[in-house]
Amino acid sequence: MKFFRSSSNTAGPAVPQKLSRRSSGMGEISRLLNSQEALCVLDMGATSASNIRFFTGKGHKNYSEDLLRSSLDPALRTQDSAGNTVVDSKKFLDENLVYPNAHFDVVLCWNLPDYMEESLVKPTIDRLWSVMKPGGFLLAFFHTRDAGPDSTCYRYHVTDTDMLEMQEVKFAPPGRPASEKQSPRLQRVFNNRHIENLFRDFSSIKFFLARDAIREVLVVR
Amino acid sequence: MDAPQTGEFAHIGKSVVIKGELSGSEDLYVDGNVEGKIELRNYSLTVGPNGNIKADVIAKAVVIQGKLDGTVNASERVELRKSAVVTGDVTTQRIAIEEGAFLKGKVDIQKEAGKATGSAT
Repeated sequence: MKFFRSSSNTAGPAVPQKLSRRSSGMGEISRLLNSQEALCVLDMGATSASNIRFFTGKGHKNYSEDLLRSSLDPALRTQDSAGNTVVDSKKFLDENLVYPNAHFDVVLCWNLPDYMEESLVKPTIDRLWSVMKPGGFLLAFFHTRDAGPDSTCYRYHVTDTDMLEMQEVKFAPPGRPASEKQSPRLQRVFNNRHIENLFRDFSSIKFFLARDAIREVLVVR
Repeated sequence: MDAPQTGEFAHIGKSVVIKGELSGSEDLYVDGNVEGKIELRNYSLTVGPNGNIKADVIAKAVVIQGKLDGTVNASERVELRKSAVVTGDVTTQRIAIEEGAFLKGKVDIQKEAGKATGSAT
């Protein structure tokens, strides 16, 4: 027996659910943001009004660059002599992360290295080293080995000094309609040694472990 | 979204292509292609859903539903609607960004002296 009329015929498009998590790494960055003025912050996640509001509200300049979306550009993909699809990292860096050296005080990588094409990860980190100021902070999230290949890809919205709101990310394959959006697949799981190698040119690295399958890594340029 | 209903404004339709400098003393709604520079110091610019702007923009308020590639300098506010695709730096007192809008560039909030604090919304 139905007590309530189904509302399925009036339901609108599904709204991606948002989850909250506390971030120790973001807490450290917030201390820096509160102690200095007019910092340059690079947010490499999807465009987030919340993040722009958070950083500009503290008097800092916010740069947005959705690198994961940019890395999926089909124009970056070519075929080598053996017919294998390769990604042109030079073209990628010619079109993205084009900034003066020593420009940024804070870089928010979020989960980009876990979901980005393998051949783009190290060149991207090397470019970030160049565009960051000495002493600048970079925050990145890495899945632990408990994460499976279908781990949900999230974008992160800063809601408070150490609180993040997580929202699932989905992209439509090139040339396909928005109704066919898919979540990016986890490309790899870094272990601690891999992460240390990735950031070997930086001066220090700090790990924060959380109860979810995420390692937060805070590195100093 | 339709063109602004209130007040007088100039309208550039979606089939129109302009290369050069645009300036004026009234609000402007652009749904076509403009390449160059747009200057409406005390007035508003609205980029319609079909609008494709490759220009640096100076205006009092800028509302973007289409594509804009260039710098935006709005003395009062900038609004990015959900279909907006903006590549370039934005300088303004206030900015509102709808879910789904895309921005690649800098946001610099400049608070005008003697007025209430500006912010992103």
